[in-house]
Amino acid sequence: MKTLIAAALLFGAVFLGRPAAVNDAAIVADGYPAHLSDYGFFADLAKRTPNARVTGYTLETPLFSDYAEKQRFLYLPAGAKAVYDADKALGLPIGAALIKTFGYRQNGAFRPLETRLLLHRARGWVAIPYVWNAAGTDADLRRAGTRIPVTFTDPSGETRSISYAVPNQNQCKDCHALDGRITPIGVKARYLNHAGQLEGLLAAGMLDRLPGDAPRVARWDDPRAPLGERARAYLEINCAHCHNRAGAASNSGLFLDWKQPDATARGIGKRPVAAGRGSGGRDFAIQPGDADASILIYRMESTEPGIAMPELGRATVHKEGVAMLRQWIDSLPAR
Amino acid sequence: MIRMTAFAALLLASPALARDITVEAGADAQERLQTALLEAEPGDTVRIGAGRFELTDGLSLDVDGVTVRGAGPGQTVLSFRGQLGAGEGLLVTSDDVVLRDFAVEDSKGDGIKSKGADRIVYKNIRVEWTGGPRETNGAYGVYPVSSTTILVDGVTVKGASDAGIYVGQSEQIVVRNSLVSGNVAGIEIENSRHADVYGNTATHNTGGILVFDMPNLPRMDGGEVRVFKNQVIDNDQPNFAPKGNIVATVRRGTGVLIMANDNVQVFDNDLSGNATSNVMLVAYRQKFDDARYDPLPSHIEITANRHGRAGFAPELPGGAELAKAFGGSIPPILWDGTGDPATLHVGDQVPVLGMGLALGAPVETAKPALVTLTGATSARIDRVTLPAAMEAAAR
Repeated sequence: MKTLIAAALLFGAVFLGRPAAVNDAAIVADGYPAHLSDYGFFADLAKRTPNARVTGYTLETPLFSDYAEKQRFLYLPAGAKAVYDADKALGLPIGAALIKTFGYRQNGAFRPLETRLLLHRARGWVAIPYVWNAAGTDADLRRAGTRIPVTFTDPSGETRSISYAVPNQNQCKDCHALDGRITPIGVKARYLNHAGQLEGLLAAGMLDRLPGDAPRVARWDDPRAPLGERARAYLEINCAHCHNRAGAASNSGLFLDWKQPDATARGIGKRPVAAGRGSGGRDFAIQPGDADASILIYRMESTEPGIAMPELGRATVHKEGVAMLRQWIDSLPAR
Repeated sequence: MIRMTAFAALLLASPALARDITVEAGADAQERLQTALLEAEPGDTVRIGAGRFELTDGLSLDVDGVTVRGAGPGQTVLSFRGQLGAGEGLLVTSDDVVLRDFAVEDSKGDGIKSKGADRIVYKNIRVEWTGGPRETNGAYGVYPVSSTTILVDGVTVKGASDAGIYVGQSEQIVVRNSLVSGNVAGIEIENSRHADVYGNTATHNTGGILVFDMPNLPRMDGGEVRVFKNQVIDNDQPNFAPKGNIVATVRRGTGVLIMANDNVQVFDNDLSGNATSNVMLVAYRQKFDDARYDPLPSHIEITANRHGRAGFAPELPGGAELAKAFGGSIPPILWDGTGDPATLHVGDQVPVLGMGLALGAPVETAKPALVTLTGATSARIDRVTLPAAMEAAAR
């Protein structure tokens, strides 16, 4: 009976012209396939049921993107393994793909808006945005990005209507570039090291090794974790992709990578350099003991372009995240 | 309405051939223009037609060797009045890019930023905040940063709440024949080396031309800067920079301000109508924690400038009394008293007011007195020579 069903599924897939497996050529070839379905990442695209070797994952502390819900998948080609790294992103081979779908709950059901792909090609990673059709059956290539009006209910129960921004390809790179080369951000051991995810990859033969001391970030909203560690994890995943020495904000001198040793570079008592009206009349990125006097808080509480940080995906303020950062800054000894 | 010329379309198979990609004003300007900037290949020109382009998001270019060309800064207007996202109007992150003949208006953040964009040319560009000087205007008009070899030529910037033309953490820089007006700082060269700033007009800003070095940045050691043949006149704009930014401390009526730099020559400029001072020479006076940083000015030469009226309403503590004591105006050159005088040289035939301030001492403790700065004249700073292709692109 099982065989019959499998045969029927296989037949169905062939009959419908849907690839039964991931289309490796679409990942590695030059160019930009017109539809998300062209890649065959999902056996059932509308439900985002993954195909073989497409593995879902979550981050212990994720990037805030206007309260969007995200579905993340890692694809590794047959026989390939991710290479463990204690600090940098896992080493992923050419032919690997990261698939991230953004959407909102509408009447209880997840409605996808866009899917961003990171594809590892011979010349490096490329980032491509796809925008879902209204029926939710497929997503179309949208290199220049777009805006989508969306209404959703945030975790506090507040209804919000925003102009949701799908980034253009350059904006994808703005966040993902290290020294000008596109690099994955979230697939680091410390963000994946929870709920048995790394162990699962190891057991499935998709990770080369897993040391017992693999690092782990705090969950930003875990009340049992030390506040300082929650703040560091939150600031790294939300800010450090640009605010690091090789990132888009390298000229700012504000570096929020989680192990940054220089207190001034971390923002403590650091004056702004190119903040403009983003300074909000405050003198320091972080004024220890005084969240209200800290530029970082001012910019995270603004949705005005030119002030708002991060610059993209911030039509709303992350109330809960900012509240945690406020608590942390207020807890720092004043100097 | 992106179309390729018939000729280029025929030869598309050969990527080495430059194409023109034309974008006209009209509906969906955002997506059409951004698509053109994404699809351009090295050697291509993105031609932006005459008219107003109403944009909702920042534009960006990340392809080397692309020219973006409008029909003129009065004809092709990229308006960001309705901008909903991004930190600047246009962002360039690729090398060998030429931007010319268009305007950027009312961007929410910076006007045009280029980062890590070597050999960039800004030619005949206008960046303006059309509501006049306001604290809510964006910070920088033209903003090349972390780049090598930059030409800003014939650019106009009005209304920037920080600097009209700001070059930061870069080297081999030419800023020339540009007009900056109604900004807090007209032109600012910050944490940069080898810059020629000449033939510009800086007027009705808070401060005209600033040469700064700041601590705690990846690139410091600013210097080898020449400021010459500029008109730095009537910089009378009350400072409207948001507090916290270093330019918020610039005094209204500052002509040329040199802070914490090494090797700067200021010569053959017309300096007048600057109510605080025509030329100020100062240290970085705020507290800092950076062992790599030298807050003092050194090897500065101020020679052969023509001084008009200056120092007649100095925006300094006790400024009115000070002006009175000097017969109505303080001397046109002001030195805070820091740095080794043996490396500071004023050849201009005007008096110099020394403030006698030690580094870190509050301005209120100043002991103003006439001084002479007759330090050694340093070796000549080499002129900045740009690649011929950049000069050709700016013709």
